[in-house]
This record gives sequence, C-alpha cells and structure tokens, in this order.
Amino acid sequence: MLNLKSIWWKSLCALLLIYSVVGGFLMRVPRLSIVNETIRALYYHVPMWFGMVFMFLVSTWYAVKYLRNHRMDDDIISVEFANTGLVFGLLGIVTGMIWANYTWGTPWHGDPKQNGAAIALLVYFAYFVLRGSLSNDEQRARLGAVYNIFAFFAMIPLIFIIPRMTSSMHPGSGGNPGFNMYDLDNNMRKVFYPAVIGWILMGCWIASLRIRLRRIEERILDEAYEKSA
Amino acid sequence: MKPMKRVLSIFLVLITTVLAHAQPQEIEMADGMRAEGKIYVVVAILVVILLGLVGYLVILDRKTSRLEEKYKENHQSRP
Repeated sequence: MLNLKSIWWKSLCALLLIYSVVGGFLMRVPRLSIVNETIRALYYHVPMWFGMVFMFLVSTWYAVKYLRNHRMDDDIISVEFANTGLVFGLLGIVTGMIWANYTWGTPWHGDPKQNGAAIALLVYFAYFVLRGSLSNDEQRARLGAVYNIFAFFAMIPLIFIIPRMTSSMHPGSGGNPGFNMYDLDNNMRKVFYPAVIGWILMGCWIASLRIRLRRIEERILDEAYEKSA
Repeated sequence: MKPMKRVLSIFLVLITTVLAHAQPQEIEMADGMRAEGKIYVVVAILVVILLGLVGYLVILDRKTSRLEEKYKENHQSRP
C-alpha cells in the first residue's frame, strides 16, 4: 500500500488534477451532436465512478484481510475506504443527473445505468446502517466485512453488466457501443486517464486522513476502557 | 439543342440540392467563448478552487501528523 505519510503521491495527485482542469478545458475535443461542448464533462463525471469502484475495491480487499486475520486495523481501513467511495458515488450520480438533464432532457431518466448506480449506492448505505446497528466491536467488524464483500459483488452487475444487457442510453451500455466515439480520440485520452489517476489518488489521500484519525481515536478509546476496567 | 439544355439545367439544379444536403451540418460548440478568451476565466476559477481544496487537505494532513506526534509524546511520558 501507499505510504500514508509520504508526499510524492500527494503532489502527483495535485499536479494531475490541475492538468485535468487546464487540459480538460483548453485541449481539442471532437465535435459531436447532442453532447456538443458538454463532452468535456466526461473528464470529471467518469473519474468519479472510477474513483468509487477503486475505493470499494480496496475496501473489499481489506474486508477479506480482516476476515482472514481479525486485525482491527484492517477493519478501520476497510470502513474508511468505503466511506470515501460513497462520496465519489454520490458526486458521480449528481454530476450524471446534471449531464442527463442536458442530453436526455430530464435529470432522472430511469435509465438502467442510473437505476443500477442508485441501487448500488443504496446497497452501500445499508453497509453503514448495518455497522451502526451493532454495538459489539468484533461483531460489527465481522458482519461488516462479510456484507462489504457481498456489496462489492452486487455492485459489479448493477453498474457494469445489467445496463449492457438492456437498452440504455448511457455510453457503454445497451445498444450504445461505448466510449469508442471519443475513447478512440487520442486527444481526449491524454486528459481522461491522468484525471482518473488524479482523482483516485485524491480519494486515497482523504481516506488516509480518516484512517489516521480513526487509529488515534481507537487507541484513546482503548486506553479509557483499560483505565475504567 | 433546346431540350438538351433544359435537361442539363434540371440535372444541375438537382445535383446542387443534393450536394447542399450532403454537406455535414456544423455542430455548435463554444467557439465564441474560446475566441474571446473567456474560457481562461473558467479555467482560472477552477484551478483556484482546486488549489484551495488541495491546500486544505495539506493543512488537515499536517494537523493529523501533529496530533499523532502529540499522542506519541503523551504515551511515552507516561509510566
């Protein structure tokens, strides 16, 4: 894993994000009907979903790790990455609604991609409800980890498979052949991929701060408990 | 010669209309905004917001580091 305190990946994150804004607005994009200039929203809307999936993947990885060796620290990492992933998902769905309002005519079109994303987020909301409803630390960590793995594998078909099997207007789903119309555009790739990496790094940064704070909190609570015992 | 001329002119009119339709339609983009340089205003604002956010994260990061050190010191001084 990345060293939580080292500075190089945090500076890389800042540089990539600034480049994604400057390049994203000033570099050439293909002239497409319907989307017109809003094609540039791709640089900011899609990295939110890439970020969310990455955060949830790390979260699941640490959930599995927790179940294997029952280290409380793995549970902390798992929760905080899920937390950050949820923020990315909410930003993704809100930005998607703004874009849909322009291109599809209404913010909530009931498109399979939109519905799937909303259900996936609800599945993750339930993860926090489940954790919040348990008072025993170990029970919370164990049930949380098991549910976390379930949530990740429920999210994959909801976002990536079902929209492709039905008709969806979202690029990359249903009858739409995907991002190929601009994915093949090398000019857009030059901004899109750095933006994805930059946002993933920013998610890791935010999660790392939450993890470090939680570790101190956990130790203070432990000491208080030992004192009272 | 006269009917030949008429046929030719009709053919010409037909081919020009077909060509006019075949011309790709101009897709509207924010070209004016770029030409006037106003796009730089948008870029500048977004860069400032981004720098502000990153700066805030840096401050939070340092604050967390200080808290960690403080905790460590307290922990070591105790028997």
